[in-house]
Amino acid sequence: METILFYILSALILIFAIASVSSRKILRAVIYLLFVLVAISGIYFMIDYSLLAAIQLAVYGGGVIVLIIFSVLLVHHVELELEVTALRKKIIAGIISLAGLGITLWAIYTFPFQTAGTGKAIEVADIGRKLLSYGEGGFILPFEVMSVLLLAVMVGAIVIAKGKKLKE
Amino acid sequence: MIEGISIYEILTLSSVLFFIGVYGFFTRENLITVLMSIELILNAAAVNFVIVNTYLYPDFLQGVIFSIFIVAMAAAETALAIAIIINLYKLVVSVEVKDTQEMKY
Repeated sequence: METILFYILSALILIFAIASVSSRKILRAVIYLLFVLVAISGIYFMIDYSLLAAIQLAVYGGGVIVLIIFSVLLVHHVELELEVTALRKKIIAGIISLAGLGITLWAIYTFPFQTAGTGKAIEVADIGRKLLSYGEGGFILPFEVMSVLLLAVMVGAIVIAKGKKLKE
Repeated sequence: MIEGISIYEILTLSSVLFFIGVYGFFTRENLITVLMSIELILNAAAVNFVIVNTYLYPDFLQGVIFSIFIVAMAAAETALAIAIIINLYKLVVSVEVKDTQEMKY
């Protein structure tokens, strides 16, 4: 049952990812990206990591996609079709991507992974304690750095998007 | 970990997703679609962090915590990039990659 579900999710992810990078209608490409992100959160649910699945749904499905759709609607006509990329560029990019994929898959399949036998669900309480612990192996410093980063991004986005007033 | 699925299959999935993102990054000529390809790449990386943690080192939490940081960073990056794109559209009235040769004046 879980195997079938995993293969369905992977097929959805790959098909919609390819559709998202090749669709010529930009708004459709954004919606395909949304499907990819939701299917990835399904994968997170399957490995019993429901916290990250919820974060993925909230931040990506709720935040990033809405942001991208807003920017598409601000700078484009909805029905606008993207320019066709030159065939030569597509072929070169495809060859580079396939070569990289081949090298990566070769490295993965020749490496003997020592999988631990029993998997256990990831507890949200453990993650919360680990994020706020300042002892051995605690993550309080990156956590605080991340909050400063988010504050800086908030201020920076407002300042940049406001821009200068258009003259004449 | 998922019953009946080995680590190789999930790593294959995430690497294919990563290189689909790389392909989109190379071929797209619109700044917003380039940004979407970057989202694909970052998601593949986050899946890899979680998978390696839960399959190989289930007693540790480093990978799963860093995947949260990746999501936060991706959201921050998207917000900033979209602010830059909108500002650029005000300046040069286009969001094509070839029209953005100068960023400031």
